[in-house]
Amino acid sequence: MSEIVLDHVSKVFDDGYEAVKEMNLDIADGEFMILVGPSGCGKSTALRMIAGLDDISSGELKIGGDVVNDRSPKDRDIAMVFQNYALYPHMTVRENMGFALKLAKVDEAEIEKKVEAAAETLDLTQHLDRRPANLSGGQRQRVAMGRAIVRDPKVFLMDEPLSNLDAKLRVQMRTEVARLQSQLETTMVYVTHDQTEAMTLGDRVAVMRAGVLQQVGTPAELYETPKNLFVAGFIGSPAMNFMPAELSGGKLKLPIGEIDAGELAGGRGDGKVVAGLRPENFEDAKVAGDELKRERGVTFEAEIDIVESLGSDLFAYFHIESEGVESDQLADLVGDRLDETGAANIREGEEQIVARLDPTSEVKRGERAELWADTAKLHLFDPESGEALKAS
Amino acid sequence: MRHGTREYSLWTIAIVLVVLFALIPVLWLISISLKPPSEIIDQRFIPASVSFDNYKSLFEGGIDGSPFLKPLINSIAIALITTVIAITLASFTAYAIARLEFPGKRAILAGALAIAMFPPISTVGPLFDMWRAIGIYDTYLGLIIPYLTFALPLAIYVLVAFFREIPWDLEQAAQVDGATPWQAFRKVILPLAAPGVFTAAILVFIFCWNDFVFSISLTSSDASRTVPAALAFFTGESTFTEPTGSIAAAAVVVTIPIIVFVLVFQRRIVSGLTAGAVKG
Repeated sequence: MSEIVLDHVSKVFDDGYEAVKEMNLDIADGEFMILVGPSGCGKSTALRMIAGLDDISSGELKIGGDVVNDRSPKDRDIAMVFQNYALYPHMTVRENMGFALKLAKVDEAEIEKKVEAAAETLDLTQHLDRRPANLSGGQRQRVAMGRAIVRDPKVFLMDEPLSNLDAKLRVQMRTEVARLQSQLETTMVYVTHDQTEAMTLGDRVAVMRAGVLQQVGTPAELYETPKNLFVAGFIGSPAMNFMPAELSGGKLKLPIGEIDAGELAGGRGDGKVVAGLRPENFEDAKVAGDELKRERGVTFEAEIDIVESLGSDLFAYFHIESEGVESDQLADLVGDRLDETGAANIREGEEQIVARLDPTSEVKRGERAELWADTAKLHLFDPESGEALKAS
Repeated sequence: MRHGTREYSLWTIAIVLVVLFALIPVLWLISISLKPPSEIIDQRFIPASVSFDNYKSLFEGGIDGSPFLKPLINSIAIALITTVIAITLASFTAYAIARLEFPGKRAILAGALAIAMFPPISTVGPLFDMWRAIGIYDTYLGLIIPYLTFALPLAIYVLVAFFREIPWDLEQAAQVDGATPWQAFRKVILPLAAPGVFTAAILVFIFCWNDFVFSISLTSSDASRTVPAALAFFTGESTFTEPTGSIAAAAVVVTIPIIVFVLVFQRRIVSGLTAGAVKG
């Protein structure tokens, strides 16, 4: 058994910076757990604490039932793949992969057998006698993985293993990692800042922000029922749209129209809230069925700023009048995630909204179009705390 | 293709010129050292007759009789001792500077640079007086101390530059792979640091080996005089013969250890050995 339990684990650096705060996380035996968050959120520190490369300031870390706080990395039976691979440049691929076994005094023939087997799995057989300097990025990455799998450890730790690869290779290696994990059935903790990787790879995903664990759940749970503004904005691509809204007398006033608040408000009284709606919950009003439009949602008009047609999808960018949504949690998303949504040209007093429309839609750039929003899929958040109003 | 060939030949010519420029004085020296005394001033580049008398005279009379043998031993001993001490201390210093954050780090580097720039000749006078007062004038120690003063900053500088290039993640990778901190250092970090250490060692050794100023000023006998200074004290066979031939022979002999040293360690100083450790 090799489950990992983090019990109120904190990390305070010498300069007083608290990188990880009171983190509680149970990772089951054989589970593929992803730690995801923007840079500086403490996810790598958490991983390094599990590895034993960083000391744990307070709290308890258990691997396979044993408290390992004071064990050095070599006594934890873990393997780690580093972001920059950290291959030994003076050793051949074969020596790199066999290094751990050699240290463990496994006999030569056995090492040879295991290295050959791992090389086979990773398609590295013809490169075994080359040095890392002579390998391509993808090959080095595979060697780093090979070095981890030959050991057959209790736990695999991966620190952004794909972030140095180009986009195409990254997708390819992503499926490779997934295949490897299901094949090995070893507990794996995988750190990434890329929500796509998190969503596609993990059994469960733990979202972190500023050293605090925000939400843990399956990719679907995180997507459907984000616990707060940060998780809502971080998970999903393009990101969820946010707009200011107001509850009053059982009605919800949105910049795009007014609807019955009903269940959405979760019993909350009148006042300001933040409404979130994912891009795919918009549709071209001409495409959406009349029945659907009568049943729920709002239809509104907007001037389309940009249209991006990807063939299978069509993204329409438009803006709505609003005083904007302000939240520390959302501020943390600026940069990486906002760039990704393409919402670069936000105008003062206006909110940029992305809608994913049916590819047959005929909306045109610069023209007004009638859009329909599926308000049943709205997420409402408290503007102060950022917490979701109805977390089911 | 034609462009490439032309560029190639231009480079070849340039390299040959530079090598000739550097080698002609050495060849000349060898030529003189092989000429018998009577032919030394015959202005021929290739000796008319070759004789090894100059070399023989260097070693005649054993340790006590030869004017060259004892200084040669002094040179080797002093340069080696200085190199070992300087590299050991500089490794610690450079490791700390490259890897740790501590107050005064920049001051140490700046201080090292300042000392390395200091003209040795200006320290010779005070050192002469001080060494005589405390009794280390004309001893190994009396030379090793000033050599260390100048060799340490040099070694620290070279080693810091090398240590900064070492991907220290490897140490952690080794620990995760099951290595003790000592194993991680010995099996991973040391092989990567070795080229830097050898480079620094060669530079320090050459610095000590070549020094003339300190040796001529702080020694007074063969007890500690090194070869460069000893050459100045060579005498001819009689009052009227110049010791040109034996000086040339001695100069050739003292060049040999340096050449051997560099040739032996050249393969270790392969730059780019650390390439390929990290990303792509």
